[in-house]
Amino acid sequence: MYADAVQQVIDELGRLPGIGPRSAQRLAFHLLETDPTDVERLTAAIVEMRSRVRFCTRCSNISEDDLCTICADTRREGSVLCVVEEPRDVVAVERTAEFRGRYHVLGGSISPIDGVGPDQLRIRELLARLEPEAVAEVILATNPNIEGEATAMYLARLLEPLGVEVTKIASGLPVGGDLEYADELTLGRALEGRRRLGGD
Amino acid sequence: MALYRDQAVVLHTWKLGEADRILALLTAGHGQIRAVAKGVRKTRSKFGGRLEPTCHVDVQLHKGRSDLQIVTQAESLDTFATLRSDPDRFAEASAMLEVVERLAPEGEGDRRRYDMLVGALRTLDRRPSPLLVPAFFLKVLAHEGLAPSLDACVRCQATEPLVAVDIGEGGVLCDGCRRGRPVSESALAVMRAVLGGHLATALEVEDARVCGEVDAVATDAVEYHLERRVRSRRVMEQA
Ligand SMILES: [Zn+2]
Ligand SMILES: [Zn+2]
Repeated sequence: MYADAVQQVIDELGRLPGIGPRSAQRLAFHLLETDPTDVERLTAAIVEMRSRVRFCTRCSNISEDDLCTICADTRREGSVLCVVEEPRDVVAVERTAEFRGRYHVLGGSISPIDGVGPDQLRIRELLARLEPEAVAEVILATNPNIEGEATAMYLARLLEPLGVEVTKIASGLPVGGDLEYADELTLGRALEGRRRLGGD
Repeated sequence: MALYRDQAVVLHTWKLGEADRILALLTAGHGQIRAVAKGVRKTRSKFGGRLEPTCHVDVQLHKGRSDLQIVTQAESLDTFATLRSDPDRFAEASAMLEVVERLAPEGEGDRRRYDMLVGALRTLDRRPSPLLVPAFFLKVLAHEGLAPSLDACVRCQATEPLVAVDIGEGGVLCDGCRRGRPVSESALAVMRAVLGGHLATALEVEDARVCGEVDAVATDAVEYHLERRVRSRRVMEQA
Protein backbone atom coordinates (compact mmCIF):
# COMPACT_ATOMS: atom_id res chain seq x y z
CA MET A 1 0.00 0.00 0.00
CA TYR A 2 2.84 2.39 0.89
CA ALA A 3 6.37 2.76 -0.41
CA ASP A 4 8.47 -0.10 0.99
CA ALA A 5 10.51 2.19 3.23
CA VAL A 6 7.38 3.61 4.85
CA GLN A 7 5.81 0.19 5.29
CA GLN A 8 8.97 -1.04 6.97
CA VAL A 9 8.82 1.76 9.57
CA ILE A 10 5.11 1.06 10.15
CA ASP A 11 5.88 -2.63 10.70
CA GLU A 12 8.72 -1.88 13.13
CA LEU A 13 6.69 0.65 15.15
CA GLY A 14 3.75 -1.75 15.20
CA ARG A 15 5.89 -4.25 17.10
CA LEU A 16 6.22 -1.87 20.06
CA PRO A 17 3.99 -2.48 23.08
CA GLY A 18 0.75 -0.53 23.04
CA ILE A 19 1.08 0.52 19.40
CA GLY A 20 -1.51 -0.88 17.04
CA PRO A 21 -1.41 -0.65 13.24
CA ARG A 22 -3.24 2.68 13.15
CA SER A 23 -0.96 4.36 15.69
CA ALA A 24 2.07 2.93 13.86
CA GLN A 25 0.81 4.47 10.63
CA ARG A 26 0.17 7.83 12.29
CA LEU A 27 3.64 7.87 13.85
CA ALA A 28 5.32 6.92 10.57
CA PHE A 29 3.61 9.77 8.71
CA HIS A 30 4.45 12.14 11.53
CA LEU A 31 8.11 11.16 11.21
CA LEU A 32 7.95 11.77 7.46
CA GLU A 33 6.82 15.34 8.06
CA THR A 34 9.33 15.99 10.83
CA ASP A 35 12.51 17.95 10.31
CA PRO A 36 15.28 15.42 9.36
CA THR A 37 17.60 16.61 12.14
CA ASP A 38 14.91 15.85 14.73
CA VAL A 39 14.52 12.36 13.33
CA GLU A 40 18.27 11.87 13.45
CA ARG A 41 18.36 12.97 17.06
CA LEU A 42 15.66 10.43 17.90
CA THR A 43 17.36 7.52 16.13
CA ALA A 44 20.74 8.49 17.60
CA ALA A 45 19.24 8.58 21.10
CA ILE A 46 17.80 5.09 20.65
CA VAL A 47 21.08 3.68 19.34
CA GLU A 48 23.00 5.42 22.13
CA MET A 49 20.69 4.03 24.78
CA ARG A 50 21.03 0.51 23.49
CA SER A 51 24.80 0.67 23.32
CA ARG A 52 25.34 2.35 26.71
CA VAL A 53 22.69 0.92 28.97
CA ARG A 54 23.15 -2.49 30.56
CA PHE A 55 22.21 -4.08 33.85
CA CYS A 56 23.79 -3.30 37.21
CA THR A 57 26.00 -6.22 38.20
CA ARG A 58 24.73 -6.02 41.77
CA CYS A 59 21.00 -5.27 41.65
CA SER A 60 20.13 -5.77 37.94
CA ASN A 61 18.63 -2.30 37.68
CA ILE A 62 19.37 -0.57 34.38
CA SER A 63 22.72 1.16 34.47
CA GLU A 64 25.37 2.82 32.35
CA ASP A 65 28.20 1.45 34.45
CA ASP A 66 29.05 -1.71 36.32
CA LEU A 67 27.01 -0.40 39.22
CA CYS A 68 23.82 1.60 38.81
CA THR A 69 23.62 5.10 40.31
CA ILE A 70 21.72 3.80 43.34
CA CYS A 71 24.21 1.02 44.14
CA ALA A 72 27.09 3.44 43.60
CA ASP A 73 25.57 6.11 45.86
CA THR A 74 27.31 5.78 49.26
CA ARG A 75 24.60 7.85 50.97
CA ARG A 76 22.03 5.09 50.42
CA GLU A 77 21.41 2.74 53.32
CA GLY A 78 23.01 -0.58 52.49
CA SER A 79 21.22 -2.57 55.18
CA VAL A 80 17.75 -2.31 53.62
CA LEU A 81 16.94 -3.94 50.28
CA CYS A 82 13.74 -3.39 48.37
CA VAL A 83 12.95 -6.35 46.09
CA VAL A 84 11.02 -5.52 42.91
CA GLU A 85 10.10 -7.38 39.72
CA GLU A 86 11.35 -4.98 37.03
CA PRO A 87 13.59 -1.90 36.64
CA ARG A 88 10.37 0.08 36.00
CA ASP A 89 9.35 -0.66 39.58
CA VAL A 90 12.58 0.89 40.88
CA VAL A 91 11.53 4.10 39.16
CA ALA A 92 8.07 3.86 40.72
CA VAL A 93 9.42 3.40 44.26
CA GLU A 94 12.05 6.13 43.76
CA ARG A 95 9.30 8.56 42.79
CA THR A 96 7.83 8.28 46.29
CA ALA A 97 11.09 9.64 47.77
CA GLU A 98 10.23 7.50 50.82
CA PHE A 99 12.93 4.89 50.46
CA ARG A 100 16.62 5.41 51.18
CA GLY A 101 17.91 1.85 50.87
CA ARG A 102 18.98 -0.12 47.80
CA TYR A 103 17.14 -2.42 45.38
CA HIS A 104 17.19 -5.90 43.98
CA VAL A 105 15.47 -6.52 40.64
CA LEU A 106 14.19 -10.09 40.21
CA GLY A 107 13.48 -9.93 36.50
CA GLY A 108 9.85 -11.07 36.79
CA SER A 109 7.60 -13.08 39.09
CA ILE A 110 6.73 -16.74 39.65
CA SER A 111 4.36 -17.89 36.91
CA PRO A 112 4.38 -21.69 36.69
CA ILE A 113 2.12 -21.82 33.62
CA ASP A 114 4.66 -19.68 31.75
CA GLY A 115 7.53 -21.85 32.93
CA VAL A 116 8.83 -19.21 35.33
CA GLY A 117 9.83 -20.58 38.74
CA PRO A 118 12.36 -19.46 41.36
CA ASP A 119 15.28 -20.63 39.20
CA GLN A 120 14.27 -18.30 36.39
CA LEU A 121 14.41 -15.25 38.68
CA ARG A 122 17.47 -13.59 40.22
CA ILE A 123 16.86 -15.12 43.64
CA ARG A 124 20.25 -16.79 44.04
CA GLU A 125 21.83 -13.39 43.38
CA LEU A 126 19.64 -11.89 46.11
CA LEU A 127 20.73 -14.49 48.65
CA ALA A 128 24.37 -13.87 47.71
CA ARG A 129 24.03 -10.18 48.64
CA LEU A 130 22.73 -10.64 52.18
CA GLU A 131 26.01 -11.35 53.97
CA PRO A 132 28.54 -9.16 52.14
CA GLU A 133 26.20 -6.17 52.28
CA ALA A 134 25.10 -6.86 55.88
CA VAL A 135 21.44 -6.69 54.89
CA ALA A 136 19.15 -6.47 57.94
CA GLU A 137 15.80 -5.92 56.24
CA VAL A 138 14.31 -7.01 52.94
CA ILE A 139 11.19 -5.19 51.77
CA LEU A 140 9.15 -7.20 49.29
CA ALA A 141 7.59 -4.89 46.71
CA THR A 142 6.39 -7.32 44.06
CA ASN A 143 3.19 -6.59 42.13
CA PRO A 144 -0.04 -7.08 44.13
CA ASN A 145 -1.25 -9.74 41.70
CA ILE A 146 -1.28 -13.52 42.15
CA GLU A 147 2.16 -14.05 40.59
CA GLY A 148 3.68 -11.22 42.62
CA GLU A 149 2.13 -12.55 45.83
CA ALA A 150 3.39 -16.07 45.16
CA THR A 151 6.86 -14.62 44.63
CA ALA A 152 6.70 -12.60 47.85
CA MET A 153 5.51 -15.60 49.88
CA TYR A 154 8.22 -17.77 48.39
CA LEU A 155 10.90 -15.20 49.25
CA ALA A 156 9.56 -14.70 52.78
CA ARG A 157 9.76 -18.45 53.37
CA LEU A 158 13.32 -18.48 52.06
CA LEU A 159 14.61 -15.37 53.84
CA GLU A 160 13.04 -15.56 57.29
CA PRO A 161 15.10 -18.55 58.49
CA LEU A 162 18.24 -16.64 57.52
CA GLY A 163 17.62 -14.09 60.26
CA VAL A 164 16.74 -11.21 57.93
CA GLU A 165 13.72 -9.08 58.76
CA VAL A 166 11.24 -9.52 55.93
CA THR A 167 8.48 -6.98 55.34
CA LYS A 168 6.00 -6.59 52.52
CA ILE A 169 4.56 -3.37 51.20
CA ALA A 170 0.96 -2.94 52.32
CA SER A 171 -1.74 -3.54 49.75
CA GLY A 172 -5.11 -1.96 50.15
CA LEU A 173 -7.36 0.68 48.77
CA PRO A 174 -6.13 3.11 46.14
CA VAL A 175 -6.06 6.67 47.45
CA GLY A 176 -8.93 8.71 46.04
CA GLY A 177 -11.26 5.78 45.37
CA ASP A 178 -14.67 4.89 46.80
CA LEU A 179 -14.91 1.98 49.24
CA GLU A 180 -17.99 0.54 47.56
CA TYR A 181 -16.11 -0.03 44.31
CA ALA A 182 -13.30 -2.06 45.91
CA ASP A 183 -13.28 -5.75 45.02
CA GLU A 184 -13.42 -8.19 47.94
CA LEU A 185 -9.75 -9.20 47.67
CA THR A 186 -8.51 -5.63 47.85
CA LEU A 187 -10.87 -4.74 50.67
CA GLY A 188 -9.90 -7.95 52.50
CA ARG A 189 -6.22 -7.03 52.23
CA ALA A 190 -6.93 -3.51 53.42
CA LEU A 191 -8.70 -4.90 56.50
CA GLU A 192 -5.87 -7.33 57.16
CA GLY A 193 -3.30 -4.55 56.95
CA ARG A 194 -5.26 -2.06 59.09
CA ARG A 195 -3.30 -0.05 61.64
CA ARG A 196 -3.92 1.94 64.76
CA LEU A 197 -4.63 5.61 64.29
CA GLY A 198 -2.95 8.28 66.35
CA GLY A 199 0.48 6.69 66.53
CA ASP A 200 1.78 4.18 69.04
CA MET B 1 -25.61 -12.53 21.30
CA ALA B 2 -23.71 -9.26 21.61
CA LEU B 3 -23.81 -9.18 25.41
CA TYR B 4 -24.11 -12.30 27.55
CA ARG B 5 -23.36 -13.68 31.00
CA ASP B 6 -21.56 -16.85 31.93
CA GLN B 7 -19.49 -18.31 34.74
CA ALA B 8 -15.81 -18.84 34.22
CA VAL B 9 -12.44 -19.82 35.64
CA VAL B 10 -9.48 -17.67 34.58
CA LEU B 11 -6.92 -20.10 33.14
CA HIS B 12 -4.12 -17.89 31.88
CA THR B 13 -3.47 -14.20 31.29
CA TRP B 14 -1.16 -12.21 29.06
CA LYS B 15 -0.29 -8.54 29.22
CA LEU B 16 -1.72 -6.49 26.40
CA GLY B 17 -0.59 -2.94 25.71
CA GLU B 18 -0.18 -0.55 28.61
CA ALA B 19 -2.84 -1.67 31.07
CA ASP B 20 -4.96 -4.46 29.55
CA ARG B 21 -4.82 -8.22 29.73
CA ILE B 22 -5.92 -11.00 27.44
CA LEU B 23 -7.58 -13.78 29.41
CA ALA B 24 -8.06 -17.44 28.57
CA LEU B 25 -11.32 -18.35 30.33
CA LEU B 26 -12.96 -21.72 30.77
CA THR B 27 -16.65 -20.87 30.78
CA ALA B 28 -19.49 -23.09 31.94
CA GLY B 29 -21.60 -22.58 28.84
CA HIS B 30 -19.27 -21.63 26.00
CA GLY B 31 -16.11 -23.68 26.53
CA GLN B 32 -12.78 -21.94 26.39
CA ILE B 33 -12.78 -18.35 25.19
CA ARG B 34 -10.29 -15.51 24.84
CA ALA B 35 -11.34 -12.12 26.14
CA VAL B 36 -9.78 -8.75 26.87
CA ALA B 37 -10.04 -7.12 30.28
CA LYS B 38 -9.44 -3.44 29.69
CA GLY B 39 -7.49 -1.45 32.26
CA VAL B 40 -7.20 -4.47 34.55
CA ARG B 41 -3.55 -3.78 35.38
CA LYS B 42 -4.27 -0.30 36.70
CA THR B 43 -4.35 -0.20 40.49
CA ARG B 44 -7.75 1.49 40.29
CA SER B 45 -9.31 -1.02 37.91
CA LYS B 46 -12.92 -1.89 38.71
CA PHE B 47 -11.97 -5.55 38.23
CA GLY B 48 -9.50 -5.47 41.13
CA GLY B 49 -8.07 -8.93 41.73
CA ARG B 50 -11.04 -10.77 40.21
CA LEU B 51 -9.55 -11.62 36.84
CA GLU B 52 -6.33 -13.37 37.78
CA PRO B 53 -5.43 -17.01 37.10
CA THR B 54 -7.45 -19.40 39.37
CA CYS B 55 -10.25 -16.83 39.90
CA HIS B 56 -13.79 -18.19 39.62
CA VAL B 57 -16.12 -15.46 38.44
CA ASP B 58 -19.49 -14.57 37.05
CA VAL B 59 -18.73 -12.51 33.96
CA GLN B 60 -20.54 -10.39 31.46
CA LEU B 61 -18.95 -10.59 28.04
CA HIS B 62 -19.36 -8.59 24.89
CA LYS B 63 -18.93 -10.40 21.64
CA GLY B 64 -18.03 -7.95 18.92
CA ARG B 65 -16.75 -8.44 15.41
CA SER B 66 -13.19 -9.26 16.41
CA ASP B 67 -12.04 -12.70 17.63
CA LEU B 68 -11.49 -11.32 21.09
CA GLN B 69 -14.45 -10.78 23.35
CA ILE B 70 -14.50 -8.01 25.95
CA VAL B 71 -15.12 -8.52 29.67
CA THR B 72 -17.55 -5.81 30.75
CA GLN B 73 -18.29 -7.00 34.32
CA ALA B 74 -16.91 -9.57 36.74
CA GLU B 75 -18.16 -10.71 40.14
CA SER B 76 -16.34 -13.23 42.34
CA LEU B 77 -17.90 -16.64 42.87
CA ASP B 78 -14.91 -18.05 44.77
CA THR B 79 -11.84 -16.28 46.02
CA PHE B 80 -9.27 -18.96 46.63
CA ALA B 81 -7.27 -17.26 49.37
CA THR B 82 -4.77 -20.04 50.00
CA LEU B 83 -3.99 -20.43 46.32
CA ARG B 84 -2.76 -16.84 46.51
CA SER B 85 -0.83 -17.16 49.74
CA ASP B 86 0.93 -20.49 49.19
CA PRO B 87 3.31 -20.64 46.19
CA ASP B 88 3.25 -24.44 46.04
CA ARG B 89 -0.53 -24.56 45.92
CA PHE B 90 -0.49 -21.80 43.29
CA ALA B 91 1.84 -24.00 41.21
CA GLU B 92 -0.49 -26.99 41.66
CA ALA B 93 -3.49 -24.92 40.62
CA SER B 94 -1.47 -23.66 37.64
CA ALA B 95 -0.80 -27.25 36.53
CA MET B 96 -4.55 -27.93 36.41
CA LEU B 97 -5.25 -24.66 34.58
CA GLU B 98 -2.45 -25.37 32.11
CA VAL B 99 -3.82 -28.81 31.22
CA VAL B 100 -7.37 -27.53 30.84
CA GLU B 101 -6.15 -24.65 28.66
CA ARG B 102 -4.52 -27.20 26.35
CA LEU B 103 -7.41 -29.66 26.32
CA ALA B 104 -10.55 -27.56 26.22
CA PRO B 105 -11.63 -26.52 22.74
CA GLU B 106 -12.79 -22.97 22.06
CA GLY B 107 -16.47 -22.13 22.04
CA GLU B 108 -17.72 -25.62 22.89
CA GLY B 109 -19.40 -25.79 26.29
CA ASP B 110 -18.72 -28.81 28.49
CA ARG B 111 -20.34 -28.49 31.88
CA ARG B 112 -18.71 -31.62 33.30
CA ARG B 113 -15.17 -30.46 32.49
CA TYR B 114 -15.96 -27.07 33.99
CA ASP B 115 -17.39 -28.58 37.19
CA MET B 116 -14.34 -30.83 37.55
CA LEU B 117 -12.01 -27.84 37.41
CA VAL B 118 -14.01 -25.73 39.86
CA GLY B 119 -14.31 -28.70 42.23
CA ALA B 120 -10.59 -29.43 42.10
CA LEU B 121 -9.68 -25.78 42.77
CA ARG B 122 -12.03 -25.69 45.76
CA THR B 123 -10.51 -28.86 47.18
CA LEU B 124 -6.97 -27.57 46.63
CA ASP B 125 -7.87 -24.33 48.40
CA ARG B 126 -9.41 -26.04 51.44
CA ARG B 127 -8.01 -29.54 51.77
CA PRO B 128 -4.90 -30.09 49.66
CA SER B 129 -3.62 -33.59 49.12
CA PRO B 130 -0.49 -34.83 47.34
CA LEU B 131 -2.72 -36.80 44.97
CA LEU B 132 -5.06 -33.99 44.02
CA VAL B 133 -3.26 -32.86 40.86
CA PRO B 134 -2.49 -36.37 39.53
CA ALA B 135 -6.08 -37.42 40.28
CA PHE B 136 -7.34 -34.37 38.38
CA PHE B 137 -5.13 -35.28 35.40
CA LEU B 138 -6.54 -38.83 35.36
CA LYS B 139 -10.15 -37.64 35.70
CA VAL B 140 -9.77 -35.09 32.93
CA LEU B 141 -8.19 -37.69 30.64
CA ALA B 142 -10.97 -40.16 31.44
CA HIS B 143 -13.53 -37.49 30.55
CA GLU B 144 -11.83 -37.14 27.14
CA GLY B 145 -11.79 -40.93 26.76
CA LEU B 146 -8.01 -40.96 27.11
CA ALA B 147 -7.46 -42.55 30.53
CA PRO B 148 -4.94 -45.40 30.72
CA SER B 149 -6.56 -48.81 30.93
CA LEU B 150 -5.74 -50.36 34.33
CA ASP B 151 -7.74 -53.56 34.73
CA ALA B 152 -5.92 -56.07 32.53
CA CYS B 153 -2.67 -56.28 30.57
CA VAL B 154 -3.19 -54.21 27.43
CA ARG B 155 -1.19 -56.77 25.40
CA CYS B 156 -2.36 -60.19 26.61
CA GLN B 157 -5.40 -59.41 28.80
CA ALA B 158 -3.85 -61.20 31.81
CA THR B 159 -5.26 -59.75 35.02
CA GLU B 160 -2.26 -60.52 37.25
CA PRO B 161 0.42 -59.89 38.15
CA LEU B 162 0.22 -56.36 36.72
CA VAL B 163 3.58 -54.68 37.19
CA ALA B 164 4.09 -51.76 34.79
CA VAL B 165 2.34 -48.96 32.92
CA ASP B 166 3.21 -47.86 29.42
CA ILE B 167 1.11 -44.88 28.33
CA GLY B 168 2.03 -45.32 24.67
CA GLU B 169 0.69 -48.89 24.84
CA GLY B 170 -2.50 -47.61 26.46
CA GLY B 171 -2.15 -48.80 30.06
CA VAL B 172 -1.06 -51.53 32.41
CA LEU B 173 1.12 -54.56 31.53
CA CYS B 174 1.66 -57.96 33.11
CA ASP B 175 4.93 -59.45 34.26
CA GLY B 176 5.44 -61.25 30.93
CA CYS B 177 4.71 -58.23 28.71
CA ARG B 178 6.28 -55.64 31.02
CA ARG B 179 7.66 -52.41 29.58
CA GLY B 180 7.47 -48.71 30.45
CA ARG B 181 7.31 -47.58 34.05
CA PRO B 182 7.21 -50.15 36.90
CA VAL B 183 4.19 -49.63 39.12
CA SER B 184 3.12 -51.13 42.46
CA GLU B 185 -0.17 -52.85 43.22
CA SER B 186 -1.00 -50.03 45.69
CA ALA B 187 -0.48 -47.31 43.09
CA LEU B 188 -2.71 -49.22 40.65
CA ALA B 189 -5.38 -49.52 43.32
CA VAL B 190 -5.27 -45.76 43.95
CA MET B 191 -5.60 -44.97 40.24
CA ARG B 192 -8.51 -47.40 39.88
CA ALA B 193 -10.20 -45.71 42.84
CA VAL B 194 -9.74 -42.28 41.22
CA LEU B 195 -11.22 -43.48 37.94
CA GLY B 196 -13.87 -45.65 39.56
CA GLY B 197 -15.68 -42.89 41.46
CA HIS B 198 -13.86 -43.25 44.78
CA LEU B 199 -11.90 -40.02 44.55
CA ALA B 200 -12.41 -38.99 48.18
CA THR B 201 -10.92 -42.27 49.43
CA ALA B 202 -8.01 -41.99 47.01
CA LEU B 203 -7.21 -38.46 48.20
CA GLU B 204 -6.70 -39.78 51.75
CA VAL B 205 -3.58 -41.68 50.62
CA GLU B 206 -0.43 -39.95 51.80
CA ASP B 207 2.24 -42.62 51.37
CA ALA B 208 5.00 -40.71 49.58
CA ARG B 209 6.12 -43.64 47.40
CA VAL B 210 2.60 -44.46 46.20
CA CYS B 211 1.81 -40.78 45.58
CA GLY B 212 5.05 -40.42 43.63
CA GLU B 213 4.18 -43.39 41.42
CA VAL B 214 0.66 -42.15 40.71
CA ASP B 215 1.97 -38.68 39.99
CA ALA B 216 4.54 -40.04 37.55
CA VAL B 217 1.97 -42.12 35.64
CA ALA B 218 -0.63 -39.33 35.55
CA THR B 219 1.90 -36.74 34.42
CA ASP B 220 3.24 -39.14 31.76
CA ALA B 221 -0.29 -39.75 30.53
CA VAL B 222 -1.29 -36.12 30.32
CA GLU B 223 2.00 -35.10 28.66
CA TYR B 224 1.70 -37.97 26.18
CA HIS B 225 -1.76 -36.86 25.10
CA LEU B 226 -0.98 -33.13 25.07
CA GLU B 227 2.26 -33.86 23.23
CA ARG B 228 4.04 -31.37 25.45
CA ARG B 229 5.38 -30.93 28.96
CA VAL B 230 3.24 -29.55 31.76
CA ARG B 231 5.49 -26.65 32.70
CA SER B 232 3.72 -25.81 35.96
CA ARG B 233 4.49 -29.30 37.23
CA ARG B 234 8.22 -28.71 37.19
CA VAL B 235 9.16 -25.12 37.95
CA MET B 236 8.87 -25.26 41.74
CA GLU B 237 10.91 -28.47 42.09
CA GLN B 238 14.16 -27.01 40.88
CA ALA B 239 14.92 -24.61 43.69
ZN1 LIG C 1 22.40 -1.48 41.22
ZN1 LIG D 1 0.59 -59.35 29.28
